Amino acid sequence: MNLGVKFCGIEFKNPVFTASGTFNSGKEYESIVNLNEIGGIICKGVSNKPWKGNSAPRIAETYGGMLNAVGLQNPGIDVFIKEDIPFLRQYDTKIIVNLAGRTIEEYCEVAEKLASEDVDMLELNISCPNVKEGGVAFGIDPAMAELVTREVKKVAKQPLIVKLSPNVTDITEIAKAVEAGGADGLSLINTLIGMKIDIHKQKPVLANKMGGFSGPAIKPVAVRMVYQVRKATKLPIIGLGGIMNGDDAIEFMLAGANAIAVGTANLLNPRATIDVLEGIKTYMNLHNILDINEIVGIIE
Amino acid sequence: MCHNPLNKVKCRVISNREIAPNIYNMIIGVDDMADSVKPGQFVNLYVKGGVHLLPRPISVCGVNRKQKTIRVVYAVVGEGTKILTTRQKRDSIEVLGPLGNGFNINVEAQHILLVGGGVGTPPLLETAKKLKEKKGTAVKLTIVLGFKNDVYLADEFKAYGDVHIATDSGSKGFKGNVIQMMESEMKETIKNIDYVYACGPTPMLKGLFDFNNKYGLKGEFSLEERMGCGFGACVGCVVPIRRVLNEESMKITKETMTDIDYDYKKVCQDGPVFNYLEVIF
Repeated sequence: MNLGVKFCGIEFKNPVFTASGTFNSGKEYESIVNLNEIGGIICKGVSNKPWKGNSAPRIAETYGGMLNAVGLQNPGIDVFIKEDIPFLRQYDTKIIVNLAGRTIEEYCEVAEKLASEDVDMLELNISCPNVKEGGVAFGIDPAMAELVTREVKKVAKQPLIVKLSPNVTDITEIAKAVEAGGADGLSLINTLIGMKIDIHKQKPVLANKMGGFSGPAIKPVAVRMVYQVRKATKLPIIGLGGIMNGDDAIEFMLAGANAIAVGTANLLNPRATIDVLEGIKTYMNLHNILDINEIVGIIE
Repeated sequence: MCHNPLNKVKCRVISNREIAPNIYNMIIGVDDMADSVKPGQFVNLYVKGGVHLLPRPISVCGVNRKQKTIRVVYAVVGEGTKILTTRQKRDSIEVLGPLGNGFNINVEAQHILLVGGGVGTPPLLETAKKLKEKKGTAVKLTIVLGFKNDVYLADEFKAYGDVHIATDSGSKGFKGNVIQMMESEMKETIKNIDYVYACGPTPMLKGLFDFNNKYGLKGEFSLEERMGCGFGACVGCVVPIRRVLNEESMKITKETMTDIDYDYKKVCQDGPVFNYLEVIF
């Protein structure tokens, strides 16, 4: 059975990746998950300078999911290069660095610093608010999405994938814009924007009021968007959004994802990535599939 | 066989009963996990069904290594804890842990004060027990417990030291909060205190912060914040922690703090226990 997938010219040993923000750079999981077994680790978003993130409460539970308003707390690219890259390079997995930024210049600064580093791919997080445009997310406007992709692509050395926000009217428009900007691949979806109100305190549960909605409840939206984007662009896709087990992963691949990422599930079950991988193998055995790539996008 | 705290295990409920209005006492058979639990640590308890996904992080109240069980005392505060009350003897329950750093019980101290507020009281019971086990008569414990109205666990503390109870309603002991009780009735005792361990609601800890500073006490607070994963991966449960400790920085509050004054630390991994002087209220 072949689980290897080729994505943006890079050979991944299997299609199971970790979603940005749910796995840090792997250190918290090291003792329970053999990091050598994971196809690719998409690290927590890295910004040019340290970001403190939002005030707590940052987390709320919802029906079959959760909200987070962590605010991309991270120690900045310099610490990442010094500590996280050497840590991950101990393992036989691929390193995908997620880029966070508040302006196009900030994104480019991170990409430039990574150009001389031993990482395999960059994932551009365009769900960050663009402070120069009043805090509107880069990823909700096709022109902005195309521009930021184009500018980062100019300075990026590694293949560049763009992580799409689902909080748009037509995600295929954003996908096409990002493709026009020169992206090598796509990952979708990022979190939906949600809110929870504490009815007894009579105020929002999150200090930030709104947060990113993730978990199994969002899977139908994510699968639908992967399906739509597959038909709209020629770019390879990492599918994510509520994957809890191997069966969920297969849904995404049938819809058109070349690889998948496990996110919220990691927070609930530290061994989720391995469980998903085992579930994919079980499915392949059940349906006599010899090569996982056979099933990608075969839904009409 | 060393248990990995990130190994989510299916455990068995031994008992689960209400010990005060909306306060439950659950004993769980946890096998090897029992060997590694330290006082002040917590466990993640999970609700079945796929609707309530996040762990309910509950402090460990007691450990029985011979029987390989842990004891948790939890309050019914929401949908998840409400469902936990329905778990019965012989039901399975998924547990992750032990998590967090726990109290440092190796401090040099002869007279220790333990301050518990409401459902912050349970972890102090295991802490009192371990302190006594470790130091025997070389350490004297004074235990101060505050409740809104219903008192629980207080009797069990008597085995380890003098117990002083305060209730907001006046139903038992001193009418008022623990700070008021200590200020009005326990000034002589406080003068001899070497170290403080505290766990309870934020307003109590805030009051105790000022109280400790006033009397020059050293000690540790166990904090809480809404958690995601409970083991350090999601960076959700942060609290602001002072970067430097000096006279000026002690005045910093959550309202007045600026970026250079603090770092966000994770309650589940860097805590839940912190040197109380570092905590910004």
